[in-house]
Amino acid sequence: MYPRKFDYAAPTTLAEALSALSGENAKVMAGGMSLIPLLKLRLLSPALVVDLGRLEGLDSIDDRGDHLAIGALVRHYQTAGAESLPAALRTAAGWTGDVQVRNRGTTCGSVAHADLASDQPGAILALGGTMVAQGPGGTREIAADDFFVDAMTTALGADEILTEIRVPKKEGSSAYDKLGRRGGHTDYAVAGAAAWVAKSNGAISDCRVALTGVSTKPTLATAVAEAVIGTDGSGKAIEAAAAKAADGIPILEDLYGTVAYKTHLAQVFTRRALTAALAG
Amino acid sequence: MEVSLTVNGRAVQSDVEPRTLLVHFLRENLNLTGTHVGCETGYCGACTVMVDGRTAKSCTLLAVQADGRDITTIEGLAVNGELHAVQEGFWERHGLQCGYCTPGMIMSAVGLLQENPDPTEDEIRHGIEGNLCRCTGYHNIVKAIEYAAARLQGKTPPPAEWEEVSA
Amino acid sequence: MSTTSVLGGVVKRREDPALVRGKGLFVDDLKVAGLAHVAFVRSPLAHAKIKSIDTTAAIAMPGVLAVYTAAEVNHLGPLVAQVAVGKLRPLLADGVVKHVGEAVAMVVADNRYQAADAAEAVEVDYEALPAIVDLKEALSDKAKVHDDLDSNVLITWEAGPWGNAEGIAETQEKIKAAKEQEGAVVVSLEMVNQRLIPTAIEPRSVVADWNSGYERFTVHSSTQIPHALAGALAKTFGLASNAVRVIAPEVGGGFGCKLNVYNDEVLVCFASQQLGRPVKFTETRRESPNSTIQGRGWIGTATITGTADGEILGFELVGIADMGAYTQNFTVAIPFLGTFVGSGQYGFPTYWKIDCVTTHTMTTDAYRGAGRPEAMYYLERIVDAYARKIGMDGADVRKRNFIPAEAFPNAVSPIGFAMDTGRYNENLEALVALPAYADMLAERDAARAEGKLAGFGLSSYVEVCGFGPSALTGLGFSWSAYGLPSAFNGSGLVRVNPDGTATVIIGTGPSGQGHETTWAQIVAEQLGMSVDQIRVTHGDSAESPFGVGTFGSRSAAVDGSATYEAALKVKDKASKIAAHMLEASESDIRFEAGGAHVAGSPESAVPWSEIALRAYQPHTLPEGMEGGLEAHAIFSPGNATWPFGAHAALVEVDADTGDVRLRRYLTMDDCGNVINPMIVDGQLHGGLAQGVGQAMFEEAIYDDDGNLLTTSLMDYLLPTAADLPNWELHRTVTPSNVNPLGVKGIGEAGTIGSAQTIVNAVVDALSPLGVEHVEMPVRPRRVWEAIQAAKGGN
Repeated sequence: MYPRKFDYAAPTTLAEALSALSGENAKVMAGGMSLIPLLKLRLLSPALVVDLGRLEGLDSIDDRGDHLAIGALVRHYQTAGAESLPAALRTAAGWTGDVQVRNRGTTCGSVAHADLASDQPGAILALGGTMVAQGPGGTREIAADDFFVDAMTTALGADEILTEIRVPKKEGSSAYDKLGRRGGHTDYAVAGAAAWVAKSNGAISDCRVALTGVSTKPTLATAVAEAVIGTDGSGKAIEAAAAKAADGIPILEDLYGTVAYKTHLAQVFTRRALTAALAG
Repeated sequence: MEVSLTVNGRAVQSDVEPRTLLVHFLRENLNLTGTHVGCETGYCGACTVMVDGRTAKSCTLLAVQADGRDITTIEGLAVNGELHAVQEGFWERHGLQCGYCTPGMIMSAVGLLQENPDPTEDEIRHGIEGNLCRCTGYHNIVKAIEYAAARLQGKTPPPAEWEEVSA
Repeated sequence: MSTTSVLGGVVKRREDPALVRGKGLFVDDLKVAGLAHVAFVRSPLAHAKIKSIDTTAAIAMPGVLAVYTAAEVNHLGPLVAQVAVGKLRPLLADGVVKHVGEAVAMVVADNRYQAADAAEAVEVDYEALPAIVDLKEALSDKAKVHDDLDSNVLITWEAGPWGNAEGIAETQEKIKAAKEQEGAVVVSLEMVNQRLIPTAIEPRSVVADWNSGYERFTVHSSTQIPHALAGALAKTFGLASNAVRVIAPEVGGGFGCKLNVYNDEVLVCFASQQLGRPVKFTETRRESPNSTIQGRGWIGTATITGTADGEILGFELVGIADMGAYTQNFTVAIPFLGTFVGSGQYGFPTYWKIDCVTTHTMTTDAYRGAGRPEAMYYLERIVDAYARKIGMDGADVRKRNFIPAEAFPNAVSPIGFAMDTGRYNENLEALVALPAYADMLAERDAARAEGKLAGFGLSSYVEVCGFGPSALTGLGFSWSAYGLPSAFNGSGLVRVNPDGTATVIIGTGPSGQGHETTWAQIVAEQLGMSVDQIRVTHGDSAESPFGVGTFGSRSAAVDGSATYEAALKVKDKASKIAAHMLEASESDIRFEAGGAHVAGSPESAVPWSEIALRAYQPHTLPEGMEGGLEAHAIFSPGNATWPFGAHAALVEVDADTGDVRLRRYLTMDDCGNVINPMIVDGQLHGGLAQGVGQAMFEEAIYDDDGNLLTTSLMDYLLPTAADLPNWELHRTVTPSNVNPLGVKGIGEAGTIGSAQTIVNAVVDALSPLGVEHVEMPVRPRRVWEAIQAAKGGN
């Protein structure tokens, strides 16, 4: 309930933020929805919290021609309501936390925190997003495929800030579906799948499906994509492809599901997300 | 650290440790004890306040983050002693029992009606998902918010499930 | 419902204006000059030897006033309990810890952040020992939780009828014979009634202030039992009862978990005395599940023996109940309370045996319903399974086996308890006759026709409430450990003030039940006053008349009745004064519209203010009449009350995921006369949410090492608004005959009637797949696994 002591910096420029972050045991905070509970439970004790909340110009979703850029301070509710963004991400943002969490928490923060049961990282992965990280050495781009490393571990360096997520603008449609801990869509995902599909000449030409909640990190179900590409996207084709959802993916169990159950849910939500994406 | 913010329309300045949570700042430094603490993981919503016009859980916000912000707590809702329509709705429709979750619940309802003045029952239920109540089973909270939605739109609230006797 | 009478009508709550403004005073809101704060060092292990505790670093930290360990407080312990069977809790662990979260040391500091910092700096060296968590393992006594107890089984409650060995043997014989009958149908299920964390949204909080000049404690605590806490503290500190004043201001939910005297309440008093400063302890949510009692935690096998055409010949429940490591207030008495309603509304032979075992876990005690939800769960689940097995309608089976209305008022349950009033058939028929009942069945069938899994569930229930009888203490419920008289009575004081308003002071400890409104209605009706003229106060042991507290759906039946009788006494005296003023006969005086008048002549009324003024100016009274206008009454109930009812639920199950959605919930409850229908419905709403919460969401999960895995609200899932439907409530009214108000109590009915209704509905949904039972909570995972198991032919 009562965090340990820490110092606090609220830089107004990115350069200041990076400089603050270069110190020993410093931690970035945007909305604080993930960090502050950890501080309160004393599971984390940074020496310095670097609050990005005062930075200018990072709170919008910008159309940059071939991609949409989500700034570091874009809140979940903004992402959920941005019609320009693909449906999978909007849905995932709208199902993140509750109203108060969506009012303060940020999409970039959720992705950087990389909780294995949170909604948006999987959607970003399915959509083939790109993370833009700024650090002492400059700016680098990290493909979503390379970004999620392990449970709550990403390719982001301790001295880097995820300043932007780029979501490619490409043909196709997407959807996200999940089972929340309370059932329905409420709360963290017991299991969920985000799917993106493109069709050409009546056949599925491209596809990416990412699972959430079932493994240590949001994970691409590559076997599904392989199986469904080239098919007509019929119910039967989707069913067959979805059956491969957990192929090659280490499934973990927790209080909310055994390996068998989560494996099954991965298949169910892959099917549902693919079906919804194709209907979209 | 020095913080200056506006709380219920009043400018406030204070010196706080960076680790001080906004809810403790409100309760201990400003004596605004209507904002309650029910958990530490941001799940119960008893600490809900408005920050720059949107609801937030003040137990998951550092006081230093609120520097320069405009905060409204339950104590700031009534104007000149007159209850806000949501407060009135909770009283009229028995939307509270022990009253502990109530201030946070009311703030969430105010936030919901700001965004969505005429919500469906389902929208109300999802709109207060971040606020736990252990007494009411939510039934009358939903009715209270429906009452307030009507009042704020200048409409007649749906009838109560009972008739009052003159007491 | 429409009524013109204040008693039985809806009056908006008097409590609310302060609460909706954020002006209600809860304990943690309290500021006292010089206030110091407590944090506890708690055990991370379920069972361990404490090799050493090093407090030196902690004491040296900024703001730290003191760090206490067992040696300093042992003389005050162990913690008192009403039913002192088992191991009592040490105030602070002395050499050994018996559950995760057990308090090992207490840190007092200038503020709570400093206290938390210092608690972390206390170094405790533990030697881990094996933990016993599993109930069957505990029952086996292969290893013991407490070396100095003979067995892990603290007590065994055997009933049928209760306390009558010969009768029990006879019952067992009857059931055995029934099983051997040709064509006998025997249905048996082992079922878990899982552990729950009560989770009042207000964490417990206590502030103690010892004034060494007046030699008196003033203690604010979020408790349901202010008088009992005052008594226990006085006893613990060797003080007179009037040297401890306990105030329970607004209490943010209780549900039984604030119906205990806690070690932290004793310890903050000790610290205040030692330090000469007021001291506060407020639980954090994370420590709360291990510092505040939990509930339920049973495993049992329920068996019904009956005929193929629906006559039930016997019911047996054999089970184990988890008491946790230490006995607190009622602990082992909770399963005992379950036995009271072991046979439900039925007349068939019933045999009950529950072993109460100790484990290396937090103490269990009263959580909303306390023994009765468990009893109803096992009984109504197995009645449902039996009806399903013989292919009969569940309502018909129940009606066939109910105790008939004609058996009252002399009905005695097969367990051996006299029941007040009951019309069980009529009540269930009223439920079945509701259009909504048929609609729900039709909706189920329509969903099934679309290929969905949908289910309809039914349960009837009976409770025992309104404790009472006063002589319940003869069965081992004694308040003497708390320094109180051992009787389950209630009290009320009604005072008409000189200005004609009334003050009502009661001995209850409400936590949201609306006593300030309901009691005002009781008094308003008798005195012909408006509710607004009456102020009800409670929860201050120094000012309110003695009462044992608010729990067990007892306040209206017992303390309400006492207040009613006090109001009658006041009315009686006021009649004499008014008769004198109006020069009329006392028997012709009527109280109405804020004053008294002679029957038939309302125009010649005298207002209460004038009557009261006379009372406080004794020279204006009739000769020989004593001054003042107040009365106190104690109501000592001759029996408990037995509320009852029937519930129905409609659920839909996602066959792919196991996700259960509760679509509709319909009730027909009977709590006797109703004082305020709005408040009664509200109590039901909340009770239902907690029963449904148990059925669908909530579970305290321990791992094999005794770690509680669900200490935050992230993992202990409480139902949200989005998880629940609107409640469709209806009632029958069968007044109780054990109190003058005819009320039975409503605080727990929703919980007691609902968990099994939900599970019955889920099983109904899954029955086409061959599923016979799903354990609570019916989380998606469990439901899916049950479907898989049934598919696998298991």
